[in-house]
Amino acid sequence: MAKRGLEDASTAAGTIAERLFTLLVWGAAALVVAMLLWVLGDVLVMGLSHLSWEFIVAAPEDAGRRGGIGPILVSTLLILLVALAAAVPLGLAVAVWLAEFTRRGGRFANSIRLTLDVLAGVPSIVYGLFGNAFFSLYLGLGFSLLAGGLTLACMILPVFIRTCEAGLSMVNNDWRRGALALGMSRTSAIWHILLPAAAPAIVAGLILGIGRATAETAALIFTSGYVDRMPGSLLDSGRALAVHIYDLSMNVSGGDGAAYASALILIGLIVVLNTLAQWLAERWLSRRILNS
Amino acid sequence: MKAESDKTLVNSGPYTLGEIREGTPCCEPVPHLQVRNLSVAYGQQSVLDNVSLDIFQGCITALIGPSGCGKTSFLSSLNKLIELAPAARLSGQVLFDGQELLGAPVDVLTLRRRIGMIFQKPNPFPLSIQRNLELPLKEHGVRDKQLRAHKIETALRDVGLWDEVADRLQASALSLSGGQQQRLCIARALVLEPEILLMDEPCSALDPIAAAVVEELIQRLRGRYTVVIVTHNLAQARRVANYAAFFWMKERVGKLIEFGQCQQLFETPGHALTAAYVSGASG
Repeated sequence: MAKRGLEDASTAAGTIAERLFTLLVWGAAALVVAMLLWVLGDVLVMGLSHLSWEFIVAAPEDAGRRGGIGPILVSTLLILLVALAAAVPLGLAVAVWLAEFTRRGGRFANSIRLTLDVLAGVPSIVYGLFGNAFFSLYLGLGFSLLAGGLTLACMILPVFIRTCEAGLSMVNNDWRRGALALGMSRTSAIWHILLPAAAPAIVAGLILGIGRATAETAALIFTSGYVDRMPGSLLDSGRALAVHIYDLSMNVSGGDGAAYASALILIGLIVVLNTLAQWLAERWLSRRILNS
Repeated sequence: MKAESDKTLVNSGPYTLGEIREGTPCCEPVPHLQVRNLSVAYGQQSVLDNVSLDIFQGCITALIGPSGCGKTSFLSSLNKLIELAPAARLSGQVLFDGQELLGAPVDVLTLRRRIGMIFQKPNPFPLSIQRNLELPLKEHGVRDKQLRAHKIETALRDVGLWDEVADRLQASALSLSGGQQQRLCIARALVLEPEILLMDEPCSALDPIAAAVVEELIQRLRGRYTVVIVTHNLAQARRVANYAAFFWMKERVGKLIEFGQCQQLFETPGHALTAAYVSGASG
């Protein structure tokens, strides 16, 4: 066997390895995109034919086989509203406390961080059981939008807090010192400078939360229930969109078309809400940059 | 209540807004801050030991010495910003117009309005130029919009920034150049009409031309404000300062070696360490 030149061999091997590696990373990236496109395509193809304005506003009939998802959309939005109304102020307050009021490496704060990280990984069904036991039974809220929203608030709080805290900790320390050196109170510094500066992280946390809450099924079955009537108040039971999709595809034969159309709406809803969150935050930011 | 707080802001301090007065003799040996036996430690680590000196009214006092000898700790003891470090422990006395700052409870918000601070790295807030100046004014109770606008314009004129930014007050302060940002920060301190300005190496993060502009500005503050400036640039200290304090590390603790009139300290230093440092032989 003829010995090949050292240089040749290494170049040849290097080229092959390099090509393989390039192929691998491109392939992996393409695979991920393909999966997303497949899901979207599937939902679009199967759902679009079923979609109409009527479907969006009408009440479901025949267990959802016919009719629409009007009341379900309303319930979904109300649950989300309750969840955000509870989670955002509480979450921001805890994040501010963690980032601004605790000593670095303090034991109590660290145990809270650890708790939050564990809670962030708890499966949503566990939140559902907790919500059922605490909000529905113990607090007597029953199966209601309020119980469901509060349960979702518990679920999204850990990630929201940690994201906001990270955002606040990354705010330039020079601004903090600058504000205090001007004789500004800590409250003003946080409110006027640090929170706006951390707004991108807060929006990221909000988007994660909205996505998780809107898509939630397990935590809601036990808390907000699955009554598909139009809710009269926050204490009424109401069916969330994700619960509806689950019900249609698992329990209702012949409900697949409606399930696909509902899924399409759910995806659209998340896109719209995220865009809205981003837009609101940008407006808030620019209002602060420009004179308020 | 509102009017009252405005009034105290306008009338506080011996100076009024107007043209910055220049000229020599630029300052009188009236002590504005009297530091007595000041020691600073972070936890167990002592960083500054038993420093006593007077900061004279209307004068520029330069703090010189090698890095790590406690100059910045000294500076931030004067407006108590050092308290941000939870482990910081101070002992001794600092008298501001005769009022004790360290032992007694002090309203730090008012203290820091009267004693402004400029940092090494320009730190304008990520807000508009106008809002950078407006925020501290609002914070200190200046509710009248016109009065605010007037104060803002005056402060920007004082630092020579007005002509450069008058037509874009709503632009982000971060869009300014480094030198402009530092002058904005000085304006942000001046807008509160402080009596004393603490400057922690205000030129060292700037390019030479911007540094020269800021240095000239500092010169012009003389007489109207009491300035304490930390600088590693000995030539700058010599150019701007009336008094100089030389700090040095002894047994890993910062000490004040010599304090006196700037010219004297540079030309006829009273201590061998000072002589070696100012001649460039050590440090």
